[in-house]
Amino acid sequence: MPLIETVDLCQIFDKKDILKNINLKVEQGEVFALIGPTGAGKTTLLRLLNLLDTPASGKIFIDGTDTNASTKIRLAMRRRMAIVLQKPAVFNMSVYDNVACGLKWRGTETGEIHEKVTNILAMVGLNTEINRKARTLSGGETQRVAIARALAIEPELLLLDEPTANLDPTSASRVEELITGILQRFDTTIIMTTHDMSQGQRLADRIGVMVDGEILQTGSSNDVFTAPRNREVADFVGVENIIDGKITTSEDRVVTIDTGNNTIEAISEYPSETGVSACIRPEDVTVALSKQSTSARNLFNGEITRVISMGALSRVELDCGFPLVALITSRSAQELDLKKGSRVYASFKATGIHVIRKGGK
Amino acid sequence: MTELWNGFTKAIELIVSLDPEVIEIAGRSLRISLTSSLLASLICIPLGSLIYFRRFPGKRALISLIQTFYSIPTVAVGLFVFVFLSRAGPLGGLGLLFTPTAIIIGQMILITPILLGLTISAVSGVERGILDTAYSLGASNIQVAIVVLREARFAVVAAVIMGFGRALSEVGISLMVGGNIRGFTRVITTAISLETSKGDIELSLALGIILILIALVINVLLNRLQQRS
Repeated sequence: MPLIETVDLCQIFDKKDILKNINLKVEQGEVFALIGPTGAGKTTLLRLLNLLDTPASGKIFIDGTDTNASTKIRLAMRRRMAIVLQKPAVFNMSVYDNVACGLKWRGTETGEIHEKVTNILAMVGLNTEINRKARTLSGGETQRVAIARALAIEPELLLLDEPTANLDPTSASRVEELITGILQRFDTTIIMTTHDMSQGQRLADRIGVMVDGEILQTGSSNDVFTAPRNREVADFVGVENIIDGKITTSEDRVVTIDTGNNTIEAISEYPSETGVSACIRPEDVTVALSKQSTSARNLFNGEITRVISMGALSRVELDCGFPLVALITSRSAQELDLKKGSRVYASFKATGIHVIRKGGK
Repeated sequence: MTELWNGFTKAIELIVSLDPEVIEIAGRSLRISLTSSLLASLICIPLGSLIYFRRFPGKRALISLIQTFYSIPTVAVGLFVFVFLSRAGPLGGLGLLFTPTAIIIGQMILITPILLGLTISAVSGVERGILDTAYSLGASNIQVAIVVLREARFAVVAAVIMGFGRALSEVGISLMVGGNIRGFTRVITTAISLETSKGDIELSLALGIILILIALVINVLLNRLQQRS
């Protein structure tokens, strides 16, 4: 049984659908990241999961229990989880008292509270600030107090809303390390939101891509990244080469896609006449100066429009009648003497192309 | 002008020499108004929070009504309490008319709107994130209300001090339902009004100065609170 499950969850604000039929299951011990652009409804969903707001329709089950059964059940269920809000609010009291609050409300004994709070403050690196007024802390420190406060109650489910969004890079990496630490030390189930695809990949077991109030795809970060279900997901996860076209022939799953002035061969189940987008990962594109014999089915002559060196790798932008980005080692870029205006041959394999149907959900 | 100056110097004498009558009247005033404002606070702070936290039809109208009653005339409250407590009134049997208790009841009614209204605005000044955080950390409704009141504590205490000031300085209620009985229900304001009409300017001035001093202390306290918050 999943730890938390939503069934057709909808939320409406000012007659606008903020969440549309969210059906989500998160298992015990899993780290699930909801990624999506700002305004996709991630925070709204997290607030509903924490039972802070009431959904317009739909249900939330925790361990199979309907959370909307009674106020008493809502409180009991809320006490099994904790949320760290994007802009955490701290109570106008000391750091210690802030972290102790949740335990006090649960009627924990003073001695036990002291032990837990001291340990957790040491873990988040705030043991020297125990008696400081929480309102005088910096943004990064406040975030750590909020995380400590949530951890103090030893939640079964920890909800993190953009835990690093408002922080400077140093504080952000510190908070991320802290989250990794929590994952190693506790068997906490985590649902986090982020608009940072790479953060989701680093921390989560499973990712859900949320756009316009809908979860468009869930899966491992690798699945979502290499095989986005539709154009919106592909755009959001940062697939660089998305080429629109129409399947003209289909034989034994090998399809020809007409992109207007070129044709691409790919592997796909879709029949002829289907409008599709071909996603090509930049690292799958090879660049050569001459028309070498290659097993790749797709070979295009193009002009380099830009070369950007990114340390060990270089990003080569080409115009092959359609824009194409290739990611190659900086060493080969140097050896080939790639620069703006050079004409090169770009090739990629049919099997490396992920074909998605246009308008598909 | 000389009369006023003489009155003023004598008044200072009365205060400095701790004149028994002055001390007795000032002490009673403080006792009655402190009691009424503390009792009213015990009712109004939880009630104000309840009004803020609960959603119910007519909430806005109720808050407007409460704010309208901020400036209710003291004589109107005095009359209302008089009617209830007079021998022929519904609570006449309690024999409370012309007792300090009657004044306390009147003052409580007088400052209830101020305390309620200012408590509501004090707690509504607490940011939404505080409420959410308290709920998310597993606070029950009562625990959330306590946290919010704690966050708004400076504004809430300021409300209580405002209420106390209004209770201490009113004259209509004390006169109408207290009766200005010497040694029993005579308070600073009723004494000033009586002594002035009798021509005893010195005692009136002495009491007036004490009243202003108390007002000054209240103001200093309020300012300090506002600076802290």
